[in-house]
Amino acid sequence: MSEESMTLIVFSDDLDRALAAFNLANTGASMGMDVTMFFTFWGLGVIKKERVGRGKKSPMQFMMGKMKRGSAKRLKMSQMNMLGMGTGIMKSLMKKYRMPSLEEGIALAKEQGVKFVACTTSMALMGLSREDFIDEVDEVAGAATYMGLATEGKVNLFI
Amino acid sequence: MKADKTIDCVGLYCPMPIVKTAQAIKELEPGQVLEVVADDIGIKSDMPAWCEKTGNECLGFEDEADETRAYVRKQ
Repeated sequence: MSEESMTLIVFSDDLDRALAAFNLANTGASMGMDVTMFFTFWGLGVIKKERVGRGKKSPMQFMMGKMKRGSAKRLKMSQMNMLGMGTGIMKSLMKKYRMPSLEEGIALAKEQGVKFVACTTSMALMGLSREDFIDEVDEVAGAATYMGLATEGKVNLFI
Repeated sequence: MKADKTIDCVGLYCPMPIVKTAQAIKELEPGQVLEVVADDIGIKSDMPAWCEKTGNECLGFEDEADETRAYVRKQ
């Protein structure tokens, strides 16, 4: 078995991009690779809990949190969202063709040992803390941690 | 071809047949053969790629009307 590694930067909170990221992470993990996913900027929305506490947010951060509530089940597609109708249609098509939902993709990734890391700078910017993320998140870290892994990685993706 | 274990991936699309293969092969002993039944034709390219990466042996495919049977020997 190889001990190759793979990293993914999840920058976006678009549902379609997040699905692609988890599909690739899960494929890499099943090919025996060590996979780490870095969630940064809007990508933090993917790993946010459904309910996020008030925390110590400035009024601007509070407003941003209200507008971008995040959490896997709330994400929208980058195209053809059509006020949520398009996203709903896509979700029902995925169910029909037995494709794993984003929530299932996250659970599968965890089961396969994929590591989740949240970016501390983005967390500070948005007034988020470790408690605002799902329990699956292993670590909070910065860019140097990413670079350390990426320089060893055979596959490094920015999504 | 005779297999020691069969998994049904009919109706599943990439990457699920590969993910399920990786999970199922863990339960086999080296030398045993896993049969994967799938109807996503991507498996014909994906299974050899997975085998090469993980060091298992892809023994080939058997085509039926709507399904493909892939055979993998655990190394």
